[in-house]
Amino acid sequence: MKKVAVVGVGETKFSGPQEKTEVELFAEAAMEAITKSNLKPKDIKALFVGNVLGDFAEGQGMVQSFAAENIGCLYVPANRYEGACASASMAIRDAFIWIASGYYDIVLAGGVERAATMGTGLATRTFAMFSDARYEYPAGITFPAVFAMLTHLYADTYKIPLQKLREQMARVSIQSYKHGSVNPRAQFFGKNADMTVEKVLGSFMVSTPLTLHDCCPFSDGAAAVVLASEEVAKKLTGKPVYITGTGQSSCGPLGNQSDYLPRIRSREISSQQAYDMAGVKPQDIDLCELHDCFSIASLIATESLGFFDYGTAGEAWEKGEADIGGKIAVNPSGGLKAKGHPIGATGAGQVYEVVKQLRGEVEPERQVEGARTGMTDTLGGDGGALVNMILQRGW
Amino acid sequence: MEQKLIFKDYNEALKQNKLLGLKCRDCGAITVPPKMVCRQCASPDMEVVELKGSGKIRTFTTVFVASEGREDEIPYTIVMVELDDGPWIMGNLDGIDPAQASMELVGKKVKMGNKVFPGDKYSAGEGARPLFSLV
Repeated sequence: MKKVAVVGVGETKFSGPQEKTEVELFAEAAMEAITKSNLKPKDIKALFVGNVLGDFAEGQGMVQSFAAENIGCLYVPANRYEGACASASMAIRDAFIWIASGYYDIVLAGGVERAATMGTGLATRTFAMFSDARYEYPAGITFPAVFAMLTHLYADTYKIPLQKLREQMARVSIQSYKHGSVNPRAQFFGKNADMTVEKVLGSFMVSTPLTLHDCCPFSDGAAAVVLASEEVAKKLTGKPVYITGTGQSSCGPLGNQSDYLPRIRSREISSQQAYDMAGVKPQDIDLCELHDCFSIASLIATESLGFFDYGTAGEAWEKGEADIGGKIAVNPSGGLKAKGHPIGATGAGQVYEVVKQLRGEVEPERQVEGARTGMTDTLGGDGGALVNMILQRGW
Repeated sequence: MEQKLIFKDYNEALKQNKLLGLKCRDCGAITVPPKMVCRQCASPDMEVVELKGSGKIRTFTTVFVASEGREDEIPYTIVMVELDDGPWIMGNLDGIDPAQASMELVGKKVKMGNKVFPGDKYSAGEGARPLFSLV
């Protein structure tokens, strides 16, 4: 298996509803990634694009082919990936595998979404399509409802009074807002830095006990990365970031995960694959961009990833152990909560952030000093698509 | 290989307040909702059985932000119920004030009825779900 590096990354601002098409958004992120890689579109051998709901958002299917043509990657294979919110991470992981196998030497991978453009009603309806349409949707399941039920289950499982848990969860949102407020590409750039526990708990109720500030926003945006084999990467950049470990897993409807809930078993399997491949342990990870679609999701994720013991992640946030300078810097980008969650692009946005962090290229207020090893964690549905990647400095 | 129990037949039974599941001839585990293979041992050798539909609430939420087309239903309470037969299934909870649903519901015993979601333009038809009530 060949070593595979990220050579360049690109990203639009993640935002609320905006007027660019998905093709236009993806093309902007892709051209930034290609240009930063010192490449031309003709150098790209294949293009893998995460896109979940373009059919619903703007009546556009097969966005990957139009995007490839739009940026002058003519007649190359172009694949679309759909694994709900983990789509772009699936695309990047498959690009990694194709390059590692030696079949391609340069692949562009990323994703795009216009979830905010859809508006809350249609976005809520279509996001619910990542639950079981026959056996769960009739009960009126929504994505906030899935994580709301996991919150109550978490409180019951670990015997944490609900009010205390909600206050711990508020700390997750506060930390994310703090970092997002100084990230110019974040949806909440310049906003919500003054968030308090009282404001989080007092905002309007979405699905008990999750309030608006426990939930990530609907977002528009795109992100892309160029992956290359080691020999190509060394010619293109002095700062190749190697993908040293990846894992991916799947699972069925929420009820069928009952042997493990509130743990997400597919994450434990996926992350262990990534750790084993990279030959590192949770304590070796300097920063992690993880899937905080809801505040409770951060607690559940950090425990399954091995950063904190089960039932203790909330305390870790209270003590600052999940912040920059703590045991593990979680979501220095602002995460899905504050950077935003354009679902088809989210995983590529996470890789963008980790690469920028390892290269020391982010705003000083949110730079993890000396970071050498970073990790991504992307969850589609309630675990049905789960991807982890470990990235390390190559210089 | 044919499915032993498909959604259509499961749904028709549920509309009569009958909860159908699959019992594994190899390990004895109950699988519901129906699948091709046993949820515990992956054996396809299963038979259709009628379950009691009784169990206890393991978790819940009351929804205040609805999907497009279901705005008239809010607020409503969703529950995950651990059936006496083992599996967890999702349904709604009837007979309470959804706005007052609290952690006190966790562990409470329930019995099952049903309510039909008539479907929308995406759903390929209707679907019944368990409608639980406290016992």
